[in-house]
Amino acid sequence: MAEKENTQGKDVVGSVLVVGGGIAGIQASLDLADSGYYVHMTETKSAIGGVMAQLDKTFPTNDCSMCVISPKLVECGRHLNIDLMTLTEIEEVTGEMGNFTVKLRQNARYIDMDKCTACGECAKVCPIDTPNMFDEGLRDRKAAFKLYPQGMPSAFAIEKRGTAPCKATCPAHVSIQGYIALINDGRYKEALKLFKQDHPFPGICGRVCHHPCESECSRNDVDQPLAIRELHRFLADYEKQSGETYIPEITAEPRDEKVAIIGSGPTGVTAAYYLLQQGYSVTIFEKLPEPGGMMRYGIPEYRLPRDLLAEEIDVVRQMGAEIKCGVTFGSDITLESLKADGYKACFMAIGLHGGRNLGVENEDAEGVLQGVDFLRDASMGKDIDLGEDVVVVGGGNVAIDVALTAKRKGAKNVTLICLEKREEMPAWEHEIEEALEGEINIVNSFGPKSFYIDKSKRVSGIEFKTCSAVFDEDGRFNPAYDEGECQPFFGDTIIVAIGQSTNLDGIKEQGVAISRPGGLEADPVTLQTPIDWVFAGGDAYYGPKSVVDAVACGKEAAESIHRFINGLDLTDGRQKEWDFVKPEMGEEVNKPRTTVRCLDPDARECNFLEVSFGYNEEEAKTEADRCLKCGLCSECYQCVDACLANAVDHDMVADYKEINVGAIILAPGFTPFDPTEHKTYSYANHPNVVTSLEMERILSASGPYAGHLVRPSDNKEPEKIAWFQCVGSRDINCSDHSYCSSVCCMYTNKQTIIAKEHSEKELDTAVFFMDMRTHGKEFEKYYMRAKDEKGVRFIRSKVHTIDPVEDDNLSLRYITEEGELVEETFDMVVLAVGLAPNKESVDLAKTMGIDLNEHLHAATRTLEPVSSSRPGVFVCGAFQEPKDIPQSVMEASAAAATATRSLAKARGSLIKTKELPPEIDVSGQEPRVGVVVCNCGINIGGVADVPAVREYAATLPHVVHVEDNLFTCSQDTQDKMKEVITEHGINRVVVASCSPRTHEPLFQETIRDAGLNKYLFEMANIRDQNTWVHMNNPERATAKAKDLVRMAVAKAAFIEPLHQVRLEVTQKVLVVGGGVAGMEGALGVADQGLQVYLVERGDMLGGVAHKLRTTWQGEPVKPYLESLVERVRNHEKIRVLMKTEPVETTGIMGNFTTTLMTSGESLTETVVEHGATIIATGGKEYIPSEYLYAQNPNVLTHFEMDAAMDADDPRLSTAQSVAFIQCVGSRTVERPYCSRLCCTHTVKSALTLKERSPEMDIYVLYRDVRTYGFREELYKKAREKGIIFIRYNLEDNLPDVKDADGQLSVTVRDHVLQMPVELNPDLLVLATAVLPNENKDLFELFKVPINADGFLVEAHAKLRPVDFSSEGIFMAGLAHYPKALDESIAQARASVSRVMTILSRDSILVGGVVAEVDPDKCAVCVTCVRTCPYHIPYIGEEGHAVIEPAECHGCGSCVAECPGKAIQLKHFTDEQIVAKTAALFEKKKGEAA
Amino acid sequence: MNETFEPQILAYCCKYCAYAAADLAGSMRLNYPSNVKVIQVPCSGRVDILHLLTAFEGGADGVYVAG
Repeated sequence: MAEKENTQGKDVVGSVLVVGGGIAGIQASLDLADSGYYVHMTETKSAIGGVMAQLDKTFPTNDCSMCVISPKLVECGRHLNIDLMTLTEIEEVTGEMGNFTVKLRQNARYIDMDKCTACGECAKVCPIDTPNMFDEGLRDRKAAFKLYPQGMPSAFAIEKRGTAPCKATCPAHVSIQGYIALINDGRYKEALKLFKQDHPFPGICGRVCHHPCESECSRNDVDQPLAIRELHRFLADYEKQSGETYIPEITAEPRDEKVAIIGSGPTGVTAAYYLLQQGYSVTIFEKLPEPGGMMRYGIPEYRLPRDLLAEEIDVVRQMGAEIKCGVTFGSDITLESLKADGYKACFMAIGLHGGRNLGVENEDAEGVLQGVDFLRDASMGKDIDLGEDVVVVGGGNVAIDVALTAKRKGAKNVTLICLEKREEMPAWEHEIEEALEGEINIVNSFGPKSFYIDKSKRVSGIEFKTCSAVFDEDGRFNPAYDEGECQPFFGDTIIVAIGQSTNLDGIKEQGVAISRPGGLEADPVTLQTPIDWVFAGGDAYYGPKSVVDAVACGKEAAESIHRFINGLDLTDGRQKEWDFVKPEMGEEVNKPRTTVRCLDPDARECNFLEVSFGYNEEEAKTEADRCLKCGLCSECYQCVDACLANAVDHDMVADYKEINVGAIILAPGFTPFDPTEHKTYSYANHPNVVTSLEMERILSASGPYAGHLVRPSDNKEPEKIAWFQCVGSRDINCSDHSYCSSVCCMYTNKQTIIAKEHSEKELDTAVFFMDMRTHGKEFEKYYMRAKDEKGVRFIRSKVHTIDPVEDDNLSLRYITEEGELVEETFDMVVLAVGLAPNKESVDLAKTMGIDLNEHLHAATRTLEPVSSSRPGVFVCGAFQEPKDIPQSVMEASAAAATATRSLAKARGSLIKTKELPPEIDVSGQEPRVGVVVCNCGINIGGVADVPAVREYAATLPHVVHVEDNLFTCSQDTQDKMKEVITEHGINRVVVASCSPRTHEPLFQETIRDAGLNKYLFEMANIRDQNTWVHMNNPERATAKAKDLVRMAVAKAAFIEPLHQVRLEVTQKVLVVGGGVAGMEGALGVADQGLQVYLVERGDMLGGVAHKLRTTWQGEPVKPYLESLVERVRNHEKIRVLMKTEPVETTGIMGNFTTTLMTSGESLTETVVEHGATIIATGGKEYIPSEYLYAQNPNVLTHFEMDAAMDADDPRLSTAQSVAFIQCVGSRTVERPYCSRLCCTHTVKSALTLKERSPEMDIYVLYRDVRTYGFREELYKKAREKGIIFIRYNLEDNLPDVKDADGQLSVTVRDHVLQMPVELNPDLLVLATAVLPNENKDLFELFKVPINADGFLVEAHAKLRPVDFSSEGIFMAGLAHYPKALDESIAQARASVSRVMTILSRDSILVGGVVAEVDPDKCAVCVTCVRTCPYHIPYIGEEGHAVIEPAECHGCGSCVAECPGKAIQLKHFTDEQIVAKTAALFEKKKGEAA
Repeated sequence: MNETFEPQILAYCCKYCAYAAADLAGSMRLNYPSNVKVIQVPCSGRVDILHLLTAFEGGADGVYVAG
């Protein structure tokens, strides 16, 4: 209550943030949204559902987990008052209870959820395979994916890790990982197209690129980088072979503006390539006779074949560019002339075609050549007489090209001399190696001093001085020489190749700005020169660089020119930072780089044949397969083209939001323990050792093996499977999880049974365990069934050795209880892994500022089970403590109720309601059916002939309008549908598309918006149940689509509007039972502002809690109980009626009337009206007849022991020895259930005794110690303190308790010694069963069911743990099942939340799809009364069966059973079903059979 | 019965489980013969003998109720 006071007088916000989309988060959100609070729900994954969605079946009912959770997913995904944000993380939380400000980051999905129809075309074309973690990595999925088929929101997502290093490093930012992935997939055309999106020269760069991408390639960290360059060369070669050249499509409208480009090198051609795509007309002016610039005149032909060069340049010509060669800028054309010719922009990309001089004596002598001039002349095929001996000066790539060209031009001896040491040479290593292969003599560390000339003034040699250092201390180029050591080199020709310069003749004069290093001055980002319409780029701007740099520059130039012409800001958004990510590398297998085959060195002489052969297809695929998929999504953009709904957007970025909420509920869940560290279990290196969650996926029908039980290594059906319990639980050796994970024993039980069911042959299942912990409701019986009926072997032993043996089997060695060593071979081992904390949730706790406990779960107190350490922040689910689904659901509801306690005054303030137009009265109208057939992109239309189906629909009776569309669910189509309904006076709508399960509510909403009753709607499932399953047979799919449409139309003719009736509700609640559960329930409801009647048949509030001393966490119960009683007694909204019992009750959800009888001196009758009821009638301790109880005074029950402790009973201080016997009255034939709390109680009492008298000998005689969850800590501590645990069993080792003259003697066989031991305890404590209080009449009065053990039966064992199947009645506490105090409190608060989902509004809508009785036909045979699974029908006073629309679940069972046909289920009437059935078999005239 | 005989099968499926399972078969692109048609019912308990007989009368060769 302290919490509530905090918010008084302050503005509280009527919304709640729920973090986590597992079952706990879903339940909390639904409860909140249904009780008047707006919910912001976040989930870090792309869909909600959590671990529950991954499970196959649920225990103890063996229901399909997905079937159970799926309706909740849909409800949550569509709820008007739940804002579901997937891929969202919490960044910051400020404020306080009642008013928090939360900053969120919603990561990019890369798919627009509003447009995505979940058709899956994106995944079909995605080339990236990545482990499907929903299937625990047992199979792969694509980077474009839906988490699982039923996932909500029903939309795909694209998973990106970030930009791959290759793409980020490539100056042109080509989607390298993308084209590699496409090569891997054999989609070469697509790969090439992708490359050409960002780079016009796959073949040229495939030969000459200096591939900076390869130096950052992550594969480099494993072995060698991928041969990225060779791979795109392969694509170009492949294209060339195919004879079909890809020319980028020009989608832009043609434009009038002309652009002039000076220079046809890579920069100029690239700029043209992109400008053309924008629609401009482009002219390239080239001084030399052929286009290509340095690619043609600087790179030797043996490296870059001229035909290929010409072809790649010719692409721009084919795109529409004009290339004018032999035109010199400065003389033939000038800026002025260009302007006069109407060019709107000019791009100067003139290159560096001049050399640099050494500046030493006699450099102008004949026989001294410039490298670039020499290469140009060689390229042009000029005859050059070099003589026999050639000396090349320079150590860069050009120098090597010069040397190798000289050799090919006939020089016998070529010597390359450079300043740098071998390792310092600026040339690329592979070029140097090629030079060495070409027998070029490389001499290092010499700088030229002077040229020798002969008599004819021709050069004859060159003198060199020793270079002692090339770079100075600062790393700058500043050569130091040792002139004392000089050496002459003689040759016929000396070629200087030490750098390049640009030729500025005729350029300076035009006012073009000049600067270093390339010569032209321009803005580094926009490339604009001081003359605004002139841009400059390429080598002439930035100095000598590679082709790929030129491409990058050309692209930027094109962008700037486009912006300039359109008057846009030239700089806006231009400076993108390219960060990249690397994948986490595990143990990656070495795959050596595929070597490129080359021309034999001997065959290279005197010719210019291409040296490198490139890859063939096989080599390319082998190489592509080495890619580590750094970015995950490769950005190949195939999905963009495949998505007809245009939903894919690779440019999406994270969205940052700020929301305001009154409270926060955390339900981030858990992570299954990763058993890799358990080296002895061989999990990481043996495929047939799987985790339990992997086993769930193996068993699941939607899992990797479609539910066929096979093992991963060879898909063989296993014959023997072993389960190991407590992997990552109750273990501090290999994990630091000392706690029990609570659920593993039961899921293992379930898996053994389901595995047996799935197995076609006899399956041997063995479970290796320590204690079998089946402490939940109906669990013990399940365990007994597994053991006794199904023959599951339960072996109480820890397997110490697992050896992989032949045939992928596993040999296990273990020691039995009898001490015998057994060796057994299994096909498969399942590790029952525990529920470990999430790394995510640990971070979340930090962001939220809440405390975690020592196990890294949220710290909570027993008496405030869902409150975190920060007021206003609540927790539920496995984040709080490992627990099963019903417990999570219960606490989720409890968290919802507790969180909103302080927000009650803001209830309803933020919820959204929908304004609807009045409904059109269609009564008496002939059916006018409109049929809409959906293409679903190509999902339906690509298989079935949709126009044919549409035309066919037009021939069906009552159909007045037909149409088909690409996506019926898209917003524009929905709007159109509304118009069409009005225009054609349609009064029944049939949509033939996907599944009504997912889309019916949406279409119903649409027709309702158009004024039609939402039930005037029918769907034909022609996608999920037709084109998706008959995709290989289009004709049959078309025929079946027609059949399904005909059936839907036939039913549509008979459907009627249904009207839900508004029912006023009484906002008062009756709580039966004044124990802790009843009081917590009453208080919770009252705090929400509702009147409560709390009735207690006894004369004291508090129930059994009065007998409890402390909680298991050590909190004293008494002060809590006293305060609770006081708060209940003093609450203005609670009326407590003591000594009172309900004697009569009538009514339905929202409107009950109950008569209460109060005893006393006289009987008093009170009649109360209430909208809901909570039954919390409690339980009690079993009074034993076993073990001399009531015969020997020193035999006590737990409560008696607690009382003795409270009273400081002298027997406690004198006792030297105390024994406990567990399971007294529990887990027996008469009472086959576990009482859940006695193990913890015993251990706690034992520890208290030990604390009081450390010398006392304490023995616990147990069957299985069931200290689940963090209670395991107590058990661990007890053993540490020397408390002795001796196991007994019912079969042959029942403790024998005797009384010898008042002295107790207990004999039992010790399970370790395997010998009988006799104990003589001074006190014997019996841990007796928990029984429900007897309330047969009361339960009958409220018509609530009980199970064989007398406990109340919930509506659904998993997801409705506090509801009865009768609406409006809820349960809490021991009447439901034995449970500890914290669980009772949680369940009571959960019942508050459930009550509020009904009573938070003044009225509720009832009716719709419900059964209706025709009184005239009813023969009062009570068949319906007996049939109804929910016990709704009754015989009313008028003498016929009555089915309350507010109560009816609409299952229709009574309708089918009624012999008089007196009941009809609305919307599923016999007439409608028969019409639909008959329609299948009636063929239209002219239709083929 | 000739070799090309193809039975017409009608299935009444509960919307919560069997109908959802049929959708799942679609999501997983599992093929089955196209002469199976599904009618959704709110619960398999709704299926009346009348519906089964109507189907047989119309020419169904097999009817199943799944839920």
